[in-house]
Amino acid sequence: MTLNELLVQPFADYGFMRRALVATLAISLGSAPVGVLLVLRRMSLVGDAMAHALLPGAALGFLSAGFSLAAMSLGGFAAALGVALAAGFVTRATAQREDASFAAFYLIALALGVLLVSTHGNSVDLMHVLFGTVLAVDDAALFLMAGVASLTLFALAVVYRPLVVECLDPAFLRNAGGRGPLVHALFLVLVVANLVAGFQALGTLMAVGLMMLPATAARFWADEVWSLALAASLIALVSGFVGLLLSFHAQWPSGPAIVLVAGLMYMLSLAVGTREGLIWQSLRHPRHRSA
Amino acid sequence: MTVTCSTRIALHNLTVAYRGHPAVHHLTGEFAPGSLTAVVGPNGAGKTTLLAAIMGNLRPAQGEICLDAGLRGRIAWLPQQATIDRSFPIKVFDLVALGHWAAAGNFGSLNAAQRDQVQHALHAVGLGGFERRSIGELSAGQFQRVLFARVLLQDSPVILLDEPFNAIDSRTTNDLLAIIARWHAEARTVIAVLHDLEQVRAHFDRSLLLARSCVAWGPTAEVLHAENLFRARQMAESWDDDAPLCRKSA
Repeated sequence: MTLNELLVQPFADYGFMRRALVATLAISLGSAPVGVLLVLRRMSLVGDAMAHALLPGAALGFLSAGFSLAAMSLGGFAAALGVALAAGFVTRATAQREDASFAAFYLIALALGVLLVSTHGNSVDLMHVLFGTVLAVDDAALFLMAGVASLTLFALAVVYRPLVVECLDPAFLRNAGGRGPLVHALFLVLVVANLVAGFQALGTLMAVGLMMLPATAARFWADEVWSLALAASLIALVSGFVGLLLSFHAQWPSGPAIVLVAGLMYMLSLAVGTREGLIWQSLRHPRHRSA
Repeated sequence: MTVTCSTRIALHNLTVAYRGHPAVHHLTGEFAPGSLTAVVGPNGAGKTTLLAAIMGNLRPAQGEICLDAGLRGRIAWLPQQATIDRSFPIKVFDLVALGHWAAAGNFGSLNAAQRDQVQHALHAVGLGGFERRSIGELSAGQFQRVLFARVLLQDSPVILLDEPFNAIDSRTTNDLLAIIARWHAEARTVIAVLHDLEQVRAHFDRSLLLARSCVAWGPTAEVLHAENLFRARQMAESWDDDAPLCRKSA
């Protein structure tokens, strides 16, 4: 098998592979920077919670309109946003921490979603919602993903500075007159929108994979927010490309293949990353500067 | 509530409470423009609470804080170190440049003069050449210098410092005390929460001794004598879950 056959031909020959590649490109550009900011806000697991929270809404959309992109996306978006709002409200109104209230509400949503799918659908539907079908994205889904990615990059550009300062030193932003809670809310909307876009291709569970794994891997290569976001997007992109080829040649399901490659990239970064990767740490450096 | 008035910062019968228990209790007094005041008192005496209330981050349960109209949103605040995550991926230059927030806001970029000011501020705190370092690479003392540099840039008429010298070595402390003296000379109002009484006696002409209620407020020599300090310790240690409601009004 030539390199051309291995790397290029699947995309040249098959339209569904090209679509899948464009889909992962869009997800990489939008989700990965959002993931970086989630990590910085110590909300790494909130992405996971939100992805589960999508489920009852997507299921309701599916039950009312069948495999309708609009219905499932809107339903998922509303459900996840509802969970985020409820968790945010409880955190502000009571002494409960955000992670605890998120956990409570996403578990309720998840159970509700599974109940809906299993009483009104069949297990194939459930698998579809959970694991997505990047090899069968249609035009509408592609437009949704590209639209969300564009919107995300634009919105991040607009709120970048207050968003970063709110992670670093929220009291400073508040005293400087910045609108911290507003920026935080907008950011949560972006998280949900990206998960909704991702779940068409990768499924609710795998969508978090392309959001968080590249973001955590990037920390071993970059040390500023913008360079972290860039590194994360690149890692996500490579994961999508390699994952799709793996899924094509080995006939694996595409979602898990892509996320597993992202996981591999994380392990690799952990080992050989230039910023406190394990191997660099373990090497003794007798050479050092005089001051 | 916070109201506008002509003096810089005045407190009228200020009470700030957590869950109905006062952390600052019926405090009345004034920080005159250009004054240099140390706030001292035992742990739990309400020192940080008082600063947070002046910043407008805590709402008084009773009484009011009068602020000069021009001060709103212009008070510089140096928080206790522990509140900032020092593993955050940001360069020293960018953190200090936040001091230009009032001018740059959410979108504005810094012009050459403003970038120069960042460099000057870093030189002023003895960190010239550290611009491109990550804050994670700094020692506790260097990081505190960075926060002082940010306050320098904010160019604020009122500066609040919350335990600025905790875990800081004596050389850094002396450098930073010199900066505080400079602010005083420039007629800025400085209020600092401090623990080291010798330091307060040497560098701060006015003191507020706080033990939830005001024990003494005035010239440092009159405030920090043994009898007051003894009273402050006793007041801070008395804590009663079932204390009757406070009837004192003004």
